[in-house]
Formats: sequence, structure tokens, C-alpha cells
Amino acid sequence: MAFFATFDLREPINRAVETLVERHGDRLHALNDLLLQGLLLPLERVLRQAPPWLVLLAVLLLAWRATGRWRVAATLTVACYLIGCFGLWDALMQTLALVLVATALAVLLGLPLGIAIAHSRRLRAVVLPVLDVMQTLPTFVYLIPAVMLFGLGKVPAILATVVYAICPLVRLTDLGLRQVDPEVQEAARSFGTTRWQLLLGVQLPLAWPSILAGVNQTVMMALAMVVVASMIGARGLGEEVLAGIQTLDVGRGLQAGLAIVLLAVVIDRVTQGFGRGRRPDGEPGARP
Amino acid sequence: MNGRIALRHVSKVYGADPRTALLLLAQGADKQRVQAETGQHVGLYDVSLSIPAGGIYAIMGLSGSGKSTLVRHINRLVEPSAGQVLIDGEDVLGFGAARLRELRRRRISMVFQHFGLLPHRSVLDNVAFGRRVRGESRRQAQEAARGWLARVGLSGHEHDYPDQLSGGMRQRVGLARALASDTDILLMDEPFSALDPLLRDDLQTQLLALQAELGKTIVFITHDVEEAFRLGQRIALLRDGRLVQEGEPEAVRQAPVDDYVARFLARVNGGSVPRSTGSARG
Repeated sequence: MAFFATFDLREPINRAVETLVERHGDRLHALNDLLLQGLLLPLERVLRQAPPWLVLLAVLLLAWRATGRWRVAATLTVACYLIGCFGLWDALMQTLALVLVATALAVLLGLPLGIAIAHSRRLRAVVLPVLDVMQTLPTFVYLIPAVMLFGLGKVPAILATVVYAICPLVRLTDLGLRQVDPEVQEAARSFGTTRWQLLLGVQLPLAWPSILAGVNQTVMMALAMVVVASMIGARGLGEEVLAGIQTLDVGRGLQAGLAIVLLAVVIDRVTQGFGRGRRPDGEPGARP
Repeated sequence: MNGRIALRHVSKVYGADPRTALLLLAQGADKQRVQAETGQHVGLYDVSLSIPAGGIYAIMGLSGSGKSTLVRHINRLVEPSAGQVLIDGEDVLGFGAARLRELRRRRISMVFQHFGLLPHRSVLDNVAFGRRVRGESRRQAQEAARGWLARVGLSGHEHDYPDQLSGGMRQRVGLARALASDTDILLMDEPFSALDPLLRDDLQTQLLALQAELGKTIVFITHDVEEAFRLGQRIALLRDGRLVQEGEPEAVRQAPVDDYVARFLARVNGGSVPRSTGSARG
């Protein structure tokens, strides 16, 4: 009869998700509330209620601290100001809050994971293929399980973003740690360091440029994903783009797109600036 | 006096199955045959040495002779496949992790060929490293570090970073870092090999003066016969992971046990071979 055997995954998956939601619904709900009430909403409130000049001043100082150059810092601040001129300041703050929370979660999970796989070959053999899959999956596919477990809203958007954005951080943490000069580590061990002393005093500081390159990538990917995640209820600049598409208002969509690009440039410059590292004496940091 | 070191029948095989390799070696196989038959690399085989306290003991050999592996057995940066390592009569192989750390923190310190300095810390913090690791306050550790930096002639460079210093200065930082731990034993793995000959000469002089004053047990690894003879109160010669000869320099010079040793010593024997500084790197 039919050439293809019937092999349908839809039903089993649906049932598995249903049981998961039935059994652990309370816990998922609690996690949802924790992220929303404990992290995202307070941050969003602070950012949206703060006077824009204060936020711009913070951007200026942060950019100066990161790059060490006033002109770059001023340019980046003007870029943010421009987004405000588009009438998108509120959307910008919402997007920023989402990106910051997603990045914080990604760092919180990704850094330890990166450290773990740098120290265990076996774990790395398991984790790296999983990361490969996570990175190659089309971004929309992340949204489905997130929505299934948490419904529409900001939390599933954040979690989908974390899954997507965590990969480069894990990889670059692992890479950075494995590239630390073996003789320096041996010398440290010869003075009787504990594992923690070695990790915190030698390995992590020397892997720092690589780790911060990972953080930079993670923020950029989080920003990209936050736009996509507006389809499941993330607010902010992505929502504007989406609205532009849905109403065929090309101008509105592109303006919001431009705002996203400006935000991306600002975030990229700032995190890269920190990645270069500097010494107390103002000299560029030594690259191990 | 503290700081006696003894190695008893120490062997080190790098590979998955050291036992088979050791068995082959016991039957008289050499390093090359073990490599060919088991694919394992012999670092050391059946080395026994007694290093008296309070002197410089020079261990020489060409690259691949096992000298760097040997010195790392003393503070267990390398674990032997067989044998015992005794420090002041105690077998350090029986030490647990905590005692081993104490050993490295208070009784043995080490200087490395390529310095092994922390590039992200200032010279002062590098020298204070050993004391910080063992839990001293930053102020206390830095105070001691300042003193040792002055001793090696690097006052004024406290706040420089390693990459701002020349090779010779970096190695003096490495030396100060090791001295700052106030250990009885100082291990030095080809510390001056990466430096140019004039500088090497200066540092040798400085090391002799420090040793005379501090009376530490110094185990000095080198591929340079002249250096070994200049510094060592006793010397040992390794070849392919085995100890070939050991004794006071004069005795070794007078009576080399075989041709290999004789050829190795040609350079310091009666000046018949012109003095050369460009010896093979280890």
C-alpha cells in the first residue's frame, strides 16, 4: 500500500507535554512567577521609570569605562538618544530589560557549564553535540516548547532566548580555559593551590578575554532572539517590527529595525570594550 | 638540617599500561624498545638518588633524558609509576591532597624554565603569590615580597607587569617568588636556559651567593655541563631516563663511568674543547 510507514510523533509529544504540565504545572508556574516578579518586572520598572537623561548618563559612563575613549562613549550615547527620538524609548527599555535578564541567566548557567566541560572530557563529549543542535535549530523551534510549558508571555520568551544565546558562552569559556598556558598552571599548582584557588586566581582571569568574547556573542544573540520572541509575547522593539510587518507599515518596521541595530552596536562596543581588559595603570591588559 | 631528598627506584611511564612497560624494562629492554612494543613513553626508569640538605645538586642530561620529569617527582607535579620519594625521611607519595598542598606551600618551591609568571598580576603580586595561596593577608604577603624583590635587585619594578620585563628580570621574579615562600627546598627546572649567556653568568653568581647565605637545598636541572659543574656540589647525569653517574664534580670528572659520560664532560675536561655557550636546548 503506502510506501511510507506511518510514524507519527505528534501524539506522543503532545501527551508527554500534557503530563509534564499536569504533574509539574505548579513548579513551572512558580518558576514563571519567580522570573517575572523577582527579576524582569522590577528591572523593567526601574528602566522605564528612570528619567531618560539618567539612563543616557549611565550609558555614557559605562561606555567610557569600557572603551576608555570619550568620543566613542559620546557616539554610543547619541545612538541611544536617537532611538528615543524615534519615539521608541519605552520599547527600548523593555527590550533592554529582556536582553539583560536573558543574558544574566545565560551567564549564570553557561559559565559553570563551560568550566565543567573544560575540566571533564567526558562531559564535553556529551555537551558539545547538544550545543551544536541548539545552535542549528531554527529559532522558531525553540518557541514551541517554551510556549507549551509556560504559555504566551515574557518568561517563555526569555527562556527560549537563553537556550539560543547560551551556546557561544559555553564554548568560549571552555576554549578560554583550555588555552591557559600549562606552565603557568603548573607553576601555580607547585605553590600548593587548591582547585578553587587555581580556578579563581589563575584559570578564570587568564581565560577572561575569551569568556567576555562569549558574553558579547551571547548578548548579541539574545538581542536577535528577543525580536523573534516578540511573536510569543515579548514586548519592546521586536513587537514594533512585528506590528510593522503585520500592518504592512514598512516605515514603522524599518525604523524599529534601525533602533535594534543601534542598540546592537551600543551593546557590542561596550561588551567588547570590557573584553579587551585594562590594567589599573591604564595600559591594555596582557593577552595570555 | 631539613631538606634531605631521596628517590628510591623511581620509574615513570607515560601511557595506559605502565606495568607491562616496567616488566619489559626489568627484562632489560630500553626506552626505544618499550616505545616500539607498547607505544608507551618511558620518562624515568629505576632512578635512586640521595640529595643531601643544604647544597646545590645539579642534574644534567640532554633533552628527553628525563631530568624535568625527575624534578617534578619531588613535589609530585608528576606521579611516579613505581618507587618512593622521601623528603626528610617521609614518603610524600603517601600524602593526601591536604598534606601535599602543605608540602608545596611550606617546604618546596619551584622555578620554571619559561618562568610561569601570572601575566595578569603585577610583579609584586606574582612574588606574593605563594604566601597568598597559603592564606597570608595581602599586606603581609606583599611586605615579604618587597623584601625578596629587593634581594634579587628588582626594587622599583613592583608595579610592572611580567610582559614589561626582560627575560632575565622575569626569571629573577620567578626566583623571588620561589624564595618568598621560605621553603627548605628549591627546585629549579632549567631556570637559566632561556636566557643569553652573559645574563646566565650573572644569575649563576647570584644564585651561588643566595645559596651560601640561605643554605637551602637546591635541585638544579640543566642541559649545560659547564653550568652543572659551576653550581653543583654534587652532580648527576641522566640518559634516556636512567641515572648514569652521580657524585662530586671532581670525582665524576676524574672517573667517568663510560664513554657517554666522558664525551658529555669533554667540554669541562681540561679545556681541550673550546669553551662554548651555544649548547643544545633541552
